[in-house]
Amino acid sequence: MYTQYIQMDTSIVISQSDGRPMYLQIMEQIKQKVAVGEWPPGEEIPSIRALAVALRVSVITVKRAYLELEREGVIITQHGKGSLVAPDPGLAPRLYDRELEDHLEHAARIGNLLGLTPDDLADRLRDTSARLTAETLAKEPV
Amino acid sequence: MTHLSVHFTGVSKRYPHFSLDDIDLALPTGSIMGFVGANGAGKSTTIRILMGLVHQDSGSVEVLGHAMPADQAAAKRDIGFVSEDMRLYEAATLAWHMKFIQSIFPRWDQRYADNLLRRFDLKPQQKIKGLSHGQRVKAALLLALARRPRLLVLDEPTTGLDPVARREVLAELMAVLIDEQRTIFFSSQNTLDVEQISDQIAFIDRGRIIDSANKEIFLDRWRRIRLMLPPDTTLPRLPGVVEVGGSSRLPVLTINQFDPAMVAACQDAGAAVQSVDAMTLEEIFVANVQSRRDHPVAVSETTESVTA
Repeated sequence: MYTQYIQMDTSIVISQSDGRPMYLQIMEQIKQKVAVGEWPPGEEIPSIRALAVALRVSVITVKRAYLELEREGVIITQHGKGSLVAPDPGLAPRLYDRELEDHLEHAARIGNLLGLTPDDLADRLRDTSARLTAETLAKEPV
Repeated sequence: MTHLSVHFTGVSKRYPHFSLDDIDLALPTGSIMGFVGANGAGKSTTIRILMGLVHQDSGSVEVLGHAMPADQAAAKRDIGFVSEDMRLYEAATLAWHMKFIQSIFPRWDQRYADNLLRRFDLKPQQKIKGLSHGQRVKAALLLALARRPRLLVLDEPTTGLDPVARREVLAELMAVLIDEQRTIFFSSQNTLDVEQISDQIAFIDRGRIIDSANKEIFLDRWRRIRLMLPPDTTLPRLPGVVEVGGSSRLPVLTINQFDPAMVAACQDAGAAVQSVDAMTLEEIFVANVQSRRDHPVAVSETTESVTA
């Protein structure tokens, strides 16, 4: 039992040089796992203590990440039974949508700083999208 | 109700040139406390009192429910203690030490000891005098861990370790905590280690505990705010500002009672908020110690204005 916890592969990476608090790093990476379907809805996830040991991060930090994830509806924690990904099939697309919203907000804020109109901003987004599509097409084998 | 594995209340100890003053500490069972302080701040004296090796002049110390120093024999059966000045027998092998400890402590777990030998890359037949500093630390830790004590007390466990050994040691400390009934108290000058694995943090400086809290709450209270002020603007008096640095137009506030409303208050005063940054434990420790050393009065004043 003992070794198993140590070797549990969580593929979550905590960086002490990342300026964000460790609990935010954990939250973000769990949300990514859920968004890409690596942790599907209803799936049991590591207990707070098991994840803390695997990441070599204090229990209280993981506990905080789990509490906030629960508040955001990403996971459910049952007392004495551990935690699972919220059994909600719409969760993954919603997480992506929220991420998109954050990026759009950021872009709009910088656009304002540069004095761009909403139409300028929309044009820029269309151009970027077109460029990405063209690049993907160019990479595909003929 | 949380049970406390270590509980200091108003503990004082006077020496001719140094005194520990009114120390309060509370460490809940199942968690890790990182005890941070500069050299000579009082870390080792506090640990010796915790172990019953030094008797306090006043105040009460309870460890695993036992009053110290009176009840230390009973307490020590369940405490694993590792410190730098703990001597192993130079001429004996690690295997000899393991047998010796096993003969004293019936709960010795040989499978766990064998596991640790492998993970720490130690050879039981090797004599202590041939070990490097890192190997000695790991050997001492192995001898303490394999007893499966309910409380581990570690004085500077990662000092002088190379990065790989440090990582191994931190991993084993965290692995102990998978069992909710086990507790760790460790002192360190390495704030990165403390920030990474501690649930509770206590700062000691000049014989006094200057701050002690749950780590998440602790890190949340401190922020550095960078502002840009228009000419002839003065900032409102904000509670919990321990330092105002930077220049007059580009001030940098260090705050120990952060509240998002403070950012709005700065903006209302006409300041542009450039950034609100979280601080590392190291930055917090240095700011904390310096502000208290530089302006002992100013700090207590700001604290009062908050409660008022």
